[in-house]
Amino acid sequence: MKKGHRRTGFVATCIVPATLLFIVFMIIPTFNVFKMSLYKWGGYSNKKKFVGLDNFQKLLGDTKFLQSFQNTLLLIVIVTVITMSMALIFAAILSREKIRGQNIFRVVFYIPNILSVVIISAIFSAIYDANNGMLNSLLSLFGKGDNPVYWLGDQKIVIFSLAGAMVWQAIGYYMVMYMASMASVPETLYESSALDGATRLQQFFQITLPLIWTNIRTTLTFFIISSINLSFLFVKAMTSGGPDGSTEVFLSYMYKQAYTNSSYGYGMAVGVVVFVFSFGLSAIVNLLTKREPIDL
Amino acid sequence: MKEQKNGKSFSLYKVFVYAILILLAVSIIVPVCWVFMASLKQNSEFYGNPWSLPASFYLQNFVDAWTKARMGEYMLNSVITTALALGLLLVIALPAAYVLSRFQFHGRKIINVAFMAGLFINVNYIVVPIFLMFVDGNLFLKKIGLPPFLLNNIFVLAVVYAATALPFTIYLLSGYFVTLPKDFEEAAYMDGASYSRTMIQIIFPMAKPSIITVILFNFLSFWNEYIIAMTLLADPKGGKTLPVGLMNLMKAQNAAAQYGQMYAGLVMVMLPTLILYICVQKKLTQGMTLGGLKG
Repeated sequence: MKKGHRRTGFVATCIVPATLLFIVFMIIPTFNVFKMSLYKWGGYSNKKKFVGLDNFQKLLGDTKFLQSFQNTLLLIVIVTVITMSMALIFAAILSREKIRGQNIFRVVFYIPNILSVVIISAIFSAIYDANNGMLNSLLSLFGKGDNPVYWLGDQKIVIFSLAGAMVWQAIGYYMVMYMASMASVPETLYESSALDGATRLQQFFQITLPLIWTNIRTTLTFFIISSINLSFLFVKAMTSGGPDGSTEVFLSYMYKQAYTNSSYGYGMAVGVVVFVFSFGLSAIVNLLTKREPIDL
Repeated sequence: MKEQKNGKSFSLYKVFVYAILILLAVSIIVPVCWVFMASLKQNSEFYGNPWSLPASFYLQNFVDAWTKARMGEYMLNSVITTALALGLLLVIALPAAYVLSRFQFHGRKIINVAFMAGLFINVNYIVVPIFLMFVDGNLFLKKIGLPPFLLNNIFVLAVVYAATALPFTIYLLSGYFVTLPKDFEEAAYMDGASYSRTMIQIIFPMAKPSIITVILFNFLSFWNEYIIAMTLLADPKGGKTLPVGLMNLMKAQNAAAQYGQMYAGLVMVMLPTLILYICVQKKLTQGMTLGGLKG
């Protein structure tokens, strides 16, 4: 009996602090996001008025929100497609070919992932600078120096400049991930297919990709969710949504409404939409990429 | 190596492969090195060819950043916040992960599910509600005659960091603890060791590789974090962490054109993570596959 008491006491001491912190700083705030989205609530005054789904209705007619929706979608598509395919190609090269300095390449490609997004934003601001930037000075070598490109100032270009920075940041991480899963593909498969005269390209599409498909699916789902978050970090540090809303994304718009503009209720309604959207999109992608698992 | 000697296999394809590998490597190394170079330039050197080498090692940038731009103070704040958050996280997450993965008790399943669900809650969504909670908390503290300490406080920031890192950390540690055979504990209990002693002296030392992975990943995320820090350290004149201070400097930079200081600040944020990375890069990339994905 005494032992049972001691056991309960031990379990409780171990579990209570973590659970408490988790409830206070994650569960309750998450719950509050949903609750606040149903209220009209502005500023530090405690005037909260229950308005039901009014905030959501207002969202549908908010052109700025729709623009942030469009920007987010565009970023997700471009960044996901480029990052995933490049990460896969580089992983395949580094794990399948005999490359000198293979380890050095792997170490270098991973560097962007350990840098703060603030740093990456500063680096890319220096790269994209219209007058003394690295990119424009490179372009001027090819005789395009007369009219500089405004990478961060031109509304049509800026979203692609942002995508460039995001791809730069993410490739290495996913490459290392795919290299790990490619290492588990048995070497004999490649050997026997080589005897049958399969080219490298055929091996890539018919052996490597199908065998690591489960891994690709999971990373894809996570990548979409993390792109929504990362695009916010980049926008916050690099463009602040400008020029004129052309890089506003979901979460930066939410933050602007809720924190800067103090329209808490409205901002949280944006949050709810983004939350639901990201889960919905992941579910769709998950469904679309479903294949019969391959057993060896 | 042998293959290359017969000449033919070193084909156009190989050249192409090396070319794109080197191109990507250069596109990563050059901008990073450029920042180091820029941190040694005088302000006037920033108007002109970006590729020119610094005229001299203008170390005054670092002195200015350290004192005038308050980067020294911010650095200290960042070190304290990161260290405290890491310490707190380990003290809280280790026992919780251990108990959750190795003891049967009522409510275990629901707590496990809750922490798993927590993996999908990104702090960017909940940072404003946390901020508002602290605003309310401060009002309450004032009412009962205590100093309102919840905002603009790096210790509170550290607690929030630790709390929001719990799901990922517990997930990663539990993944290791469940793989251990029961024999270790049974032997320890036979020898009369208490539960806590068994946990601290037998189990935790065995989990060292996982613990190191946890420390590495969370160090990077705490050190580089700026959305929570920016929101909770709201006082424009008050203390900040290094990335937040740097972001302000980037924005002030447009007006005051103090590039040198800004790049010196960048080096200060970047250098600790780069040094750490060089020391432990193998552990980090191995740990990544061990821990699965981060959100």
